[in-house]
Amino acid sequence: MTITFNGAACVIEDGTTLETLLQSMSTTARGFAAAIDGEVVPRPTWQMVVLREGQAVEVLTAVQGG
Amino acid sequence: MSACAKSHEFSSDDPFVLAGVELSSRLILGTGGAPSMQVVDEALAASRAAMCTVAMRRVDPRTSGNILDVLDRRGVRVLPNTAGCRTAREAVRTAQLAREALGTDWIKLEVVADDQTLLPDPVELLDAAAELVAAGFQVLPYTNDDPVLARRLQQAGCVAVMPLGSPIGTGLGIANPHNIELIVGEAAVPVILDAGIGTASDAALAMELGCAAVLLASSVTRAQNPAAMAAAMAHAVDAGRLARGAGRIPKRFHAQASSPIEGMAVL
Repeated sequence: MTITFNGAACVIEDGTTLETLLQSMSTTARGFAAAIDGEVVPRPTWQMVVLREGQAVEVLTAVQGG
Repeated sequence: MSACAKSHEFSSDDPFVLAGVELSSRLILGTGGAPSMQVVDEALAASRAAMCTVAMRRVDPRTSGNILDVLDRRGVRVLPNTAGCRTAREAVRTAQLAREALGTDWIKLEVVADDQTLLPDPVELLDAAAELVAAGFQVLPYTNDDPVLARRLQQAGCVAVMPLGSPIGTGLGIANPHNIELIVGEAAVPVILDAGIGTASDAALAMELGCAAVLLASSVTRAQNPAAMAAAMAHAVDAGRLARGAGRIPKRFHAQASSPIEGMAVL
């Protein structure tokens, strides 16, 4: 199935959890946060959240700014 | 005791407390605009800043180095911002993501109206501030130099107000010192001059006007020698604070001789 990850289309296997997706992208170090369709998903629940077709996942981290 | 020692005494007896937390410096450094992490690191060391802002952006696997590692190494508190947000909704969500990612409920709230001016949108800003306060955030809003809006932000529960001196990145200094004085005059929370600082004298003026601290980025990170400018800013903030405490002489229209008139020889 296809989801959107940080604005780009991304094909993943059915049943993939948010935790699995982010592990595969090496973003499980500290300083990251994820939202699905604009709603923040608290880190402790990442492993329980199964992604669905068409969802938009945004993963943010701190960068220089301000 | 020398005058110099007294000066230091004044400085150290005057802690900067923000949202119940004592910070060791009244200079807050933005990390945006620096060409590399090394420049940020050197500027941080020279500025002696105790807190730095960061922005929240999409993860980019190509990026090497993490700004959080640099801040950690220097023992600097992180203040995430909502830079780039245009609406209260966007800003609130960005703040929630920042809290989740960084484990802090402090947020520098920015809601700007357009790219040309980067001026705060007062309606969206106030809406976002109220919502974030209700959600348990310690809100530090980047605001216009508008005393009425500053008052409304305090009433909404913000822990500081951060009026601009002039638009972000312009280096035009403090365009309306009178408004900054008005904001300081009635503020019950710390007033932090945020944006528009170009050089050290601007930072000193902010403190002389009674601001509790100065937040600046471009004037240091885009200076020809960022570390040297960071050191200059640290001195300027200290000097401005000391001058404010010392009580400046009133401005006069006509000259007033400082040497005695009596005892002049007839020559």
